[in-house]
Amino acid sequence: MSIETILVFAEGDESGPSSLTLELVTAARSLAANVETFVAGDGTAMADQLGAHGASKVFNTGSLDGKLIGVHAAAALQTHIEANTPDAVFFGQTADGRDTAARLAVRIDQPVVTNNVGASIEDGNLVVEEPVFGGTQNVFTAFRNDGPALALFRPKSFEAEANGGGAAEVVGVDIVDPGTAGSAEVTGRHAEERSGPQLDDAEVVVSGGRGLGQPEAYTMIDELAGLLGAASGASRAIVDAGWVPYSKQVGQTGKVVKPNVYVACGISGATQHLVGMKGSKNIIAINKDPEAPIFGVADLGIVGDVHKVIPALIEALKSR
Amino acid sequence: MKVVVCVKQIPDPALPGELDPSTNYLKRDDKLILDESDSYGVEMALQLVEAAGGGEVSLVSMAPKGEVSGLRTALAMGAEDAVLVSDDALAGSDALGTAKVLAAAISRMSPDLVLAGTESSDGYTGTVPEMIAGVLDIPSITFAKQIQVEGNTVRVQRQTEAGYDDVECSTPALVSVTAGVVEPRYPSFKGIMAAKKKPVEELDLAALGIDSGVVGKNGARQETVRITDAEERQAGEVIEDEGDAHEKIVEFLGELKVV
Ligand SMILES: Cc1cc2nc3c(=O)[nH]c(=O)nc-3n(C[C@H](O)[C@H](O)[C@H](O)COP(=O)(O)OP(=O)(O)OC[C@H]3O[C@@H](n4cnc5c(N)ncnc54)[C@H](O)[C@@H]3O)c2cc1C
Ligand SMILES: Nc1ncnc2c1ncn2[C@@H]1O[C@H](COP(=O)(O)O)[C@@H](O)[C@H]1O
Repeated sequence: MSIETILVFAEGDESGPSSLTLELVTAARSLAANVETFVAGDGTAMADQLGAHGASKVFNTGSLDGKLIGVHAAAALQTHIEANTPDAVFFGQTADGRDTAARLAVRIDQPVVTNNVGASIEDGNLVVEEPVFGGTQNVFTAFRNDGPALALFRPKSFEAEANGGGAAEVVGVDIVDPGTAGSAEVTGRHAEERSGPQLDDAEVVVSGGRGLGQPEAYTMIDELAGLLGAASGASRAIVDAGWVPYSKQVGQTGKVVKPNVYVACGISGATQHLVGMKGSKNIIAINKDPEAPIFGVADLGIVGDVHKVIPALIEALKSR
Repeated sequence: MKVVVCVKQIPDPALPGELDPSTNYLKRDDKLILDESDSYGVEMALQLVEAAGGGEVSLVSMAPKGEVSGLRTALAMGAEDAVLVSDDALAGSDALGTAKVLAAAISRMSPDLVLAGTESSDGYTGTVPEMIAGVLDIPSITFAKQIQVEGNTVRVQRQTEAGYDDVECSTPALVSVTAGVVEPRYPSFKGIMAAKKKPVEELDLAALGIDSGVVGKNGARQETVRITDAEERQAGEVIEDEGDAHEKIVEFLGELKVV
């Protein structure tokens, strides 16, 4: 077996494909001669950028009318895969990516390997790389199945890079009715206000954790972030506690960030947090416990009280 | 209303994890405990049944060597009974194999609603619940922050990147819940005593009519080709704050040209 065609499950909106999608297309291009993409929805607005990153085609279902995507995407993908036999299907580790890959795995009875950060071809087989134990070890897994290799990848595992291709060809595919299993429907959407730099692409990120003590203390994080032109982030502990919205969560179940500087304030450094920020170029940690694991990855560690260090830092930055 | 909650029993996350060098599977030698990720599903199920004014919460788990410690914790919280699937042939099962087994066990229980965690603490594939729904061929809603059941309709607030979506579907359905959405109750002393007598049915693959070739290592159809140590990030300077640590931070940010 060799890998000739990789199909990338592409996500995005009217403004184009998501950065994760472009990362996967770029990675796929280095592994296979032909890269195609599949959009559960309307892919027209993505064709230029997908093509510029190396995809030859955009297969798309057209509007799914407010249905929860996974089941429907998987049903259409199954028909597509059976007719076109790609060697691998790459998904981003997103909510829809996971739902779709899981439903597809059942439909075509093929395994899915999740949480990957790398991929290579060894002896004609796809081998994927998954970090374990908070990124201290990497497990390399080869697919040994007789169908397409289904793999999910974490954000920011690869760098997106255009290679100057023209727009990808948009091809319609049929929607397949999955029956009652596809009955979940979105009846309303609620979006929070977003302002300032976003976690995904900020040069500097300032995050707060349970060590802040109380929800009000998060205003310090926002103020510090403002002074540094940074995005503000959080550990899951304070997202779960309802202090800040989920969109601020950094880590395994949240965002992966790789800024120039990451400032962790009152965050212990649990493995699930580390996998989301360990790739930052420079890490500053403020924690009152000298034994906190976050110091193990920090370039500058301050053993101290966030309620003293951060206000002093804010004052110092303001008076410059 | 009958609710079945998938609960995974895992090695204590407070202990350092290790891969068995002979099999490359996660070592599971010590007693297993209830995955905290699933305590939210159990709590959610108990609250839904209370809100419905009646019903039953049952548990289902797949674990090696007849392990029930984690199930007892969830029974002590208030679940009625449990089904445990345990079979030596299951070692090395991947997400799809696990889902096939759990789905077979669940279909014998005929629930209105199946709850699971968004991702387990030790495996975190985040795909087992959706695969279970796939095998059972029922609708599913993942990433639930809040669940309401009204007649044959399940209404869910589904966490999204931007906020949340209102999503609904008909029962029977599977819903996976995110962590932290409810406060899991502590088992009372009475609950713990009662849990010891609650029924746990133990099934093997033969009882479920599953061929051992489709699960375990063979069913997974993937192979660990190697494990490498990741490059260690060098820890830098750690200083004690004597009231002037902020200056040190400003200096460092200056070197990095951030200020
Ligand atoms: C499946 C799964 C997925 C997960 N995904 C994520 C994820 O995506 N992101 C994530 O962050 N976590 C995740 N977690 C949770 C993770 O395991 C930790 O529980 C969480 O990161 C802890 O958050 P924290 O560091 O804010 O809190 P804690 O661990 O409670 O740490 C608080 C820290 O603050 C310090 N502190 C206290 N007071 C002060 C003070 N006055 N000044 C300075 N320091 C102080 C303490 O010394 C301590 O180190 C996940 C867990 C599981 C099981
Ligand atoms: N062995 C298992 N037994 C019972 N439930 C499981 C098992 N594995 C996974 N699950 C369920 O699936 C959820 C997600 O697990 P995972 O796909 O491993 O991240 C868990 O929170 C459980 O609810």
